[in-house]
Amino acid sequence: MAEKPKLAMYWAAACGGCEISTLNIGEKILVVDDVFDLAFFPCIADFKVKDVQGYPDGYIDVCLFNGAIRNSENEEMAHLLRQKSKFVVAFGSCAYEGCIPALSNLTSRQATLETVYFDNPSIDNPEMTLPQVKTRVAEGELTLPYFYQTVKALDQVVPVDYYIPGCPPEPEQIWAVLEVVVNALLNGGPLPPGGSIVGAGKVAVCEECPLEKNVKAIDQFYRPYDLIPQPGLCLLEQGIVCMGPATRSGCGALCPQANMGCRGCYGPLDGVEDQGAKMLSAIASVVGVGAAGEDEGEMAKKLDEVMSTLVDPAGTFYRFSMAHSLLQRAKVNGKQA
Amino acid sequence: MSEPYEPVIVGFLCNWCSYRAADLAGTARIKYAPNMRAIRVMCSGRVDPQFVLKALREGADGVMIAGCHPGECHYVDGNIKTLRRFTLLKQLLRQWGVEDERVQLVWASASEGNLLAAAVDRMTEQLRPLGPLRWKETVLGRNGHGEFIPVEEVPAVEEV
Repeated sequence: MAEKPKLAMYWAAACGGCEISTLNIGEKILVVDDVFDLAFFPCIADFKVKDVQGYPDGYIDVCLFNGAIRNSENEEMAHLLRQKSKFVVAFGSCAYEGCIPALSNLTSRQATLETVYFDNPSIDNPEMTLPQVKTRVAEGELTLPYFYQTVKALDQVVPVDYYIPGCPPEPEQIWAVLEVVVNALLNGGPLPPGGSIVGAGKVAVCEECPLEKNVKAIDQFYRPYDLIPQPGLCLLEQGIVCMGPATRSGCGALCPQANMGCRGCYGPLDGVEDQGAKMLSAIASVVGVGAAGEDEGEMAKKLDEVMSTLVDPAGTFYRFSMAHSLLQRAKVNGKQA
Repeated sequence: MSEPYEPVIVGFLCNWCSYRAADLAGTARIKYAPNMRAIRVMCSGRVDPQFVLKALREGADGVMIAGCHPGECHYVDGNIKTLRRFTLLKQLLRQWGVEDERVQLVWASASEGNLLAAAVDRMTEQLRPLGPLRWKETVLGRNGHGEFIPVEEVPAVEEV
């Protein structure tokens, strides 16, 4: 039998959920094992970076890269795996558009380090020790990766062939993509056009969501713990921020069905550059305050009150898409963002 | 930069009121700051927040959205949608570290050329002390690439 194609999966700034989700495809993992040879998969098999460095260029057929680019090591691995792989897939929301790690783009590198090493209530660091990039000790020089100011998505560092959105991508969707790849490798089946978003739908989450929509306007926002939503009714129309209108389908609207507004992890729809801006427009359409006959000043004041009940709009609208948003990071004045 | 800083304002003017106000300001030969680059849109409600963010990222120092007074919209309530979006956009921009003065909403009817001219003058003067935004260069920056990294010296500890 000819040599099997090579599969790699790597995590950069990630939580490991993408690997779990991949293993959650169940017994189909045996098919994956049948078709592929693992070339690099730190989560489940013992490979070293120097193994990868030893591969010839393009040795790995498919590399599923998850995690954002948070530090110089992540970036180095992205370059290495790009060089050694035929296809690089930005796997999961972090690699696709920054995800949770990129929320720190709302603040600065310095503030993040200070929070983590000095200010957290559980931290006891009397000598104010901070990790250093280079440290000279008696035995020689020690190095650590450089912690970047701005978290980036994978395609802002290396070219990417395909994107699989989701935090994490749903196992059925992962399998659907792997099936296409397996079919292409074994039977010469067609591959989707380069640069496309695979393993997801083309419509908004609302289209998949079974909750009833009544085009009802709202005048106050609630956080999920503020109220018990009425079952079966659209959450956004009850004042709970749900990213459904601005988010790509593919998950089967899991969160809204569990009374939690869509988090937005499948990213923006086709043709949208900035998911948060689209969500902002959607919110403006469900808020009922303001009518043509009202006084200008009064209306502005009332709207200010309504909108101020929406806590942390940037963190909510860009929870997953910060690194890929138009502004990408906040402007930091001194230490404060 | 050798040239003195002149704020660049991208102005989205609605076809039915504010663009005509700008026209009127022109035909009435009202003098005002030349810092605004006018873009005509059919309604201020057409201004997607993405336009504003993109303008700021691509080098604008400020964005002005101008439309009909509420109640006078050609499309009945397009400008009320604008106001709702703008209210939330301002909160969002504060979190992004963008000063309030940089994005402004102005109501100017077709007969208020003087009002629009005054708003452009006022905004230009408000932007001067804030300095250039230059998002790509100053905010996105080089992200630590080519940065000088000092070496920390840790003295050898005596073995216990």
